[in-house]
Amino acid sequence: MQGAQSFWATPGGWTLLTVAQIVFIAIVVMVSVAFLIYGERKLFAGAQMRKGPNVVGPFGLLQSFADLGKFLLKELLIPDGANKWLFMLAPVISVVLAFGGWAVIPFSSGWMVSNINVGVLYLFAVSSLGVYGVIVGGWASNSKYPFLGALRSAAQMVSYEVSIGFVIVTVVILTGSMNLQTIVAHQAGWFWNWNIFGGGGLRNLPLALVMIPMTIIFFISSLAETNRPPFDLAEAESELVAGYQVEYSSGLYLMIYLAEMMNIILLSGLIGVFFFGGWQAPFPTPFLAHWSPTLASLFGFFWFLVKTGFWFYMFAMIRIIVPRYRYDQLMRLGWKVFLPTSLAAVVLVAAWQVFAPGHGV
Amino acid sequence: MTFAARINQAVQGAALMDFGRAFGLAMKHVWAPKKTVMYPNERNPQSPRFRGEHVLRRYPNGEERCIACKLCEAICPAQAIYIEAEPRADGSRRATRYDIDMVKCIYCGLCQEACPVDAIVEGPNIEFAVETREELYYDKQRLLDNGDRWEQQIAKNLELDAPYR
Repeated sequence: MQGAQSFWATPGGWTLLTVAQIVFIAIVVMVSVAFLIYGERKLFAGAQMRKGPNVVGPFGLLQSFADLGKFLLKELLIPDGANKWLFMLAPVISVVLAFGGWAVIPFSSGWMVSNINVGVLYLFAVSSLGVYGVIVGGWASNSKYPFLGALRSAAQMVSYEVSIGFVIVTVVILTGSMNLQTIVAHQAGWFWNWNIFGGGGLRNLPLALVMIPMTIIFFISSLAETNRPPFDLAEAESELVAGYQVEYSSGLYLMIYLAEMMNIILLSGLIGVFFFGGWQAPFPTPFLAHWSPTLASLFGFFWFLVKTGFWFYMFAMIRIIVPRYRYDQLMRLGWKVFLPTSLAAVVLVAAWQVFAPGHGV
Repeated sequence: MTFAARINQAVQGAALMDFGRAFGLAMKHVWAPKKTVMYPNERNPQSPRFRGEHVLRRYPNGEERCIACKLCEAICPAQAIYIEAEPRADGSRRATRYDIDMVKCIYCGLCQEACPVDAIVEGPNIEFAVETREELYYDKQRLLDNGDRWEQQIAKNLELDAPYR
């Protein structure tokens, strides 16, 4: 055992371990994407009083894998006028960035690939880069609809990133850290310690008036960020066919689709981490000290799954019930409603942290 | 819009009231019984007047009904029917060719209405998809075979519809 320990501490062992972790998380995330797509389709069908996929496998559970086979077996078409290398690079960018974001997500206590100090900043950078996949793909297709879709989604993602940034700033001010594990640890104990309720126990409860709208703004902005309905203008099929994805087929389309779904799950998890205590249970858990560490981590992972699952469910429900925004409405909402609101929230939260009784000065 | 109405709308929007109502409606439907018909295994009920694939019928003794009067050819609005006729060896008038281009056909049912001997009838069959256009150019033999295959159902449908004619 001692020998094994020291092997994992050497650079080679550490690299092996990290690569194993990355591969494991990548596989788990991809499999969960398959089943979440199935779940979303079932929910969508249910709201329209259809049955949804129910033929492949028991209850249609294997539908996503059948789709995977279909995607891979289709012919890969690259348009004549397309810039071949950029055309193929764009989905790769999207997928790499979508996987990259998962590196800093705290699944449970100690369960994360990389516990970096500026995890929030890293996530923000990775999600901002995601726009390149869309723009490059739209431009390289050398076609009208993809280009229009790419331009739309570029403007959209950039505008909403601003308000997302300010919302994250409020969280960072509340918790005083950019490390995601620290942010989660800050929300331990009863559920009123969660950032959505002010993040400082009952004393900070008045801040819930600010943080609940912030949570909603973060959620809506992440809809825009991932090009989900009601903000799926980039792929509005009534006007742009499928936006920047028009020319893509087979495996490349699969990669775009996969990246999109992974980003959605990532953001569902992030809402949980930022505002709902991540893997913390909604009640104090002193009994975990007597549990084995693995079991305690599994307990935390369960709560992470519950919160992520809930927010993914909200993502799916929004897609079902909200009609698509017009482009000017989208821009108005982003710049005239969300930006001032989140700016004001940053000021309010900062002021509270400094001037509220028992704080700062 | 008055100022008060604007304020009212803004507050309702900020409180996500529309969203909440739509959410409730969607969830109600998620739990409601589904309307899906699992098609190849289940089917929707079909009217006796349903106008599907054409058939040429025979009399119970096996004699074909069609007397090549060409009324169906004359009335067909899509001009999908083509008939050639000659007297047969026994002197009776019969069609030598009776072709329907199922691609041209608009399934209006006028041929069926025009037929004085109930020979050409649109049967209940809807599953006659094929892989080439040529296969959809039905000749007399094909139509007669269809008639033999669907005779029971067609006879029943005609009987059910008879009181309304």
